[in-house]
Amino acid sequence: MLRTGVFGYGGGPSFIPLIRHEAVIRYRWLADEEFAEILAIANALPGPIATKMAAYLGARLKGLPGAVYAVLVHILPSGIAVIALLGVFHLFQHSPIVSGMIAAVDPVIMVMLGLMTYDFVKKTYKGLGKWFGTIFIVLAVLLLVIVDLQPAVVVITFLAYGGMHLRLVNRRRCPPKTDQGVST
Amino acid sequence: MTGTWFHLLWGFFIANALGYGGGPASIPMIQEQVVHHYQWLSSTAFANVLALANALPGPIATKLAAAVGYQAAGWIGVIVALSATAVPSALVLIGLLHLMNRFRESAVVHGMTLLVQPAIAVLMGILTWEVTRDSIHAAGRWQSLGIAAVSLLAMTKGKVHPALVVVGAFVYGGLVMSHLTAV
Repeated sequence: MLRTGVFGYGGGPSFIPLIRHEAVIRYRWLADEEFAEILAIANALPGPIATKMAAYLGARLKGLPGAVYAVLVHILPSGIAVIALLGVFHLFQHSPIVSGMIAAVDPVIMVMLGLMTYDFVKKTYKGLGKWFGTIFIVLAVLLLVIVDLQPAVVVITFLAYGGMHLRLVNRRRCPPKTDQGVST
Repeated sequence: MTGTWFHLLWGFFIANALGYGGGPASIPMIQEQVVHHYQWLSSTAFANVLALANALPGPIATKLAAAVGYQAAGWIGVIVALSATAVPSALVLIGLLHLMNRFRESAVVHGMTLLVQPAIAVLMGILTWEVTRDSIHAAGRWQSLGIAAVSLLAMTKGKVHPALVVVGAFVYGGLVMSHLTAV
């Protein structure tokens, strides 16, 4: 577990193959099918994926203490490293070298966030299709930028509607066979 | 101080509870809580934390929680913010595993996962825009554009690891930009 926590660069989802490798192939804690099943369930819950997986595997092997141990080992090394690094940064905050470094990294973060935005847009289109995808993105822009609602409110609204979305779509699509114009 | 602890707990709980679909999805939610709502960090400071967190290995949501928790309320802040991030969803997963198994294929859960994506996409886009503004402010239009173009090429076409790109930007900033601003 320590190893997956340390080597999984770039945030939660990038770790899943690593955790799988350690848990399924190396230590044989569980079968591949079971791993896939847990992953699917973990995905349906909110919150970071990696900690959910760590907690589950730990609990399975050693009960509650196992879960606590697996999560701590998973998140503490990187958490402490971030704090230490930030401390160093603050210490030299006024040196021109550090302020140059801080200024130079902003565009990189911009690109990273831009790429993530692109990923989510792509996922939206893949999951909802072109029409619904566009409608909901435009709606989200309207609510967040023009109306300036709290992000939490918008997300909860979208989640609440999401619970009904598939049922509504299916109801519209199924009964009348001539109804081909409905966007899917 | 107890107030801050409670805010950390609540802020990170909300941000992660709404971040459907794993760590990165909760970045815009965390930023909203940290920068706009509770104002623990400025927008630039948050971008720096994000840069360092991205350059280090490990889950992104918990690194952000640790860094922000520490800056807002010291080591207790770290513990509070980390617990709020990791504990609720982990407990639910373990406790409700059998129950969740039934929900996994339900259209309701599936629809929620689908519908949250456009909202996250737009939030992420807004965050991108805010960082762009800060960047132009700090490094100037052309320099920002240049660094952004180089890092975009490196990350997409060159398949260079994001951590190396961040390190590269640090080196460039430390060696070149520090002299430019000094002059």
